[in-house]
Amino acid sequence: MAEARLGWVEQLGKRTLGLIAEVGYLSALLVESLYWLVAGSFKRQPVRVSAVFSEMMRTGVSAIPIVFLLSFSIGIMLAIQGIHTLRTFGAESQVVIGIALSITREFGPLITGIVVAGRTGSALAARIGTMVVSEEIDALRVMGIQPVRYLVSPVLLAMLVMLPALTVMADFAGLLGGAVYSAMDLGISYAAYADRVISVLKTGDIFQGLSKSCVFATVITLIGVANGFTVTGGAEGVGRATTRSVVLAISGIVIADMVFTWFLNR
Amino acid sequence: MLTPEPQKGNAELVIEVQDLVAHYGRHKVLDGINLTVRAGEIHIIMGGSGSGKSTLLRHLLGLRRLTSGRISLLGQEIEGIHRQALLELRKQIGVSFQGGALLSSMTVGENVTLPLREHTRLDESTMAIMARMKLEVVKLGGFEHFMPAQLSGGMTKRAALARAIVMDPKLLFFDEPSAGLDPVVSAELDELILRLRDAMHMSIVVVTHELESAFRIADRITVLDGGKILISDTVDKVRSSSNSRVQDLLNRRPREEELDADAYLARLTGE
Ligand SMILES: Nc1ncnc2c1ncn2[C@@H]1O[C@H](COP(=O)(O)OP(=O)(O)OP(=O)(O)O)[C@@H](O)[C@H]1O
Ligand SMILES: [Mg+2]
Repeated sequence: MAEARLGWVEQLGKRTLGLIAEVGYLSALLVESLYWLVAGSFKRQPVRVSAVFSEMMRTGVSAIPIVFLLSFSIGIMLAIQGIHTLRTFGAESQVVIGIALSITREFGPLITGIVVAGRTGSALAARIGTMVVSEEIDALRVMGIQPVRYLVSPVLLAMLVMLPALTVMADFAGLLGGAVYSAMDLGISYAAYADRVISVLKTGDIFQGLSKSCVFATVITLIGVANGFTVTGGAEGVGRATTRSVVLAISGIVIADMVFTWFLNR
Repeated sequence: MLTPEPQKGNAELVIEVQDLVAHYGRHKVLDGINLTVRAGEIHIIMGGSGSGKSTLLRHLLGLRRLTSGRISLLGQEIEGIHRQALLELRKQIGVSFQGGALLSSMTVGENVTLPLREHTRLDESTMAIMARMKLEVVKLGGFEHFMPAQLSGGMTKRAALARAIVMDPKLLFFDEPSAGLDPVVSAELDELILRLRDAMHMSIVVVTHELESAFRIADRITVLDGGKILISDTVDKVRSSSNSRVQDLLNRRPREEELDADAYLARLTGE
């Protein structure tokens, strides 16, 4: 086969070009979805509010239990590990600082992002991929309905609202988990714990977490949608796109998180 | 050369294709296509499997980029058309896809009202009435609350047709209306196509395999073979064509392949 005969340099070149093309495609998709959100109503092609609400229900509200559960568990784990580590210095009462900061700046948005990438990212790829395969996307186009405006913009907007909202809830759940364990192990009262958290946290910490969650929302939406739109090869192709979009979205989130954190904390 | 020069003067042309060439990758699928469809005619596109019918249709709908040539629909050049102009053009065109392509997340009624909802400012009850009217036309009255998955193949095609005509388009495309349908339903669909042309003055392009149906409804027929047009003419002219490939297709004769032993061997060994 032609592919196999290529040397590794060409392979690398091909991969790089592919990556650049993909990033270019994602950017174009982002620009177009934002364009319709802003300009749609002027062009008499608005993004429907009802569509945004149903997406918010689908991506956000139904994710509440699992996000709560996971964040609560992470809070407990952080408390266990923090107390264990700090005990070597005899400073276990300082554990609240660690929990408060790492939950709001890191774990709240990250856990939420990973859960939503698994649920919504894959669902998006599957939904749009199926529509591609069954010519529904073509049908929308020939009816004069822009698929990006009709299918992507509402999801993007819903995600940009719901992911930060879920993150706030995840923050609370994580802090609560930490409080429960600290109370059990160290006997810190809930009131003292809350006081401590409030005195430690600055708005900047919460803002850092929330702005991350907006980045995650964009990454998840774009990757899910792009994988859906580029499906080829029938039902099997849809399956591949779904898996790929989850893996890519989670990797995208973690890498974006690292870059973002690095820049914000320099 | 059997393809006649497009006759001018007798009617307005709703579709004009000149020297269309199209590729999938390096593979040439359409080659030197010249085609005209006149206002008010039912134009059938026929041809064997893989001859390029669907590809031609996708080009006519502006869903694919051409390699070279030009296409104009309703007097508008498609290539390089401005987004807004394309949108306006598409409001005057209805398409019924081969598989129906109804949005599976919506009811039949919502599917049919979708173009109205997106392109007009009618109120809900008016849209509902118009949708019901079109569903009556395709004999699907009372099915507006069904989901697409609950419809049979023939019902899906008719629902897709209802959606395609809900904006009263000037130009209607219909891909494989009768494929996989029983003869009665398929005859009903033919009647429907004739009625749409006569009552609503649509120009209709139909892609089909079914010879019987083609001869029943066509004004003119275009026969594709291997990405080229064999003939594009009136039903009678096509019937009496002396071209052997056309006759093979019309008489359902299998193509006689010239037996070249070397080439055959090479193909089998995958060289
Ligand atoms: N997505 C695609 N990628 C590459 N080649 C394609 C693609 N779709 C079609 N082709 C090729 O283009 C040629 C014409 O295909 P097309 O689907 O237009 O045929 P058709 O006349 O509609 O056939 P059928 O009656 O079986 O639907 C075929 O040789 C086919 O292999
Ligand atoms: Mg086809």
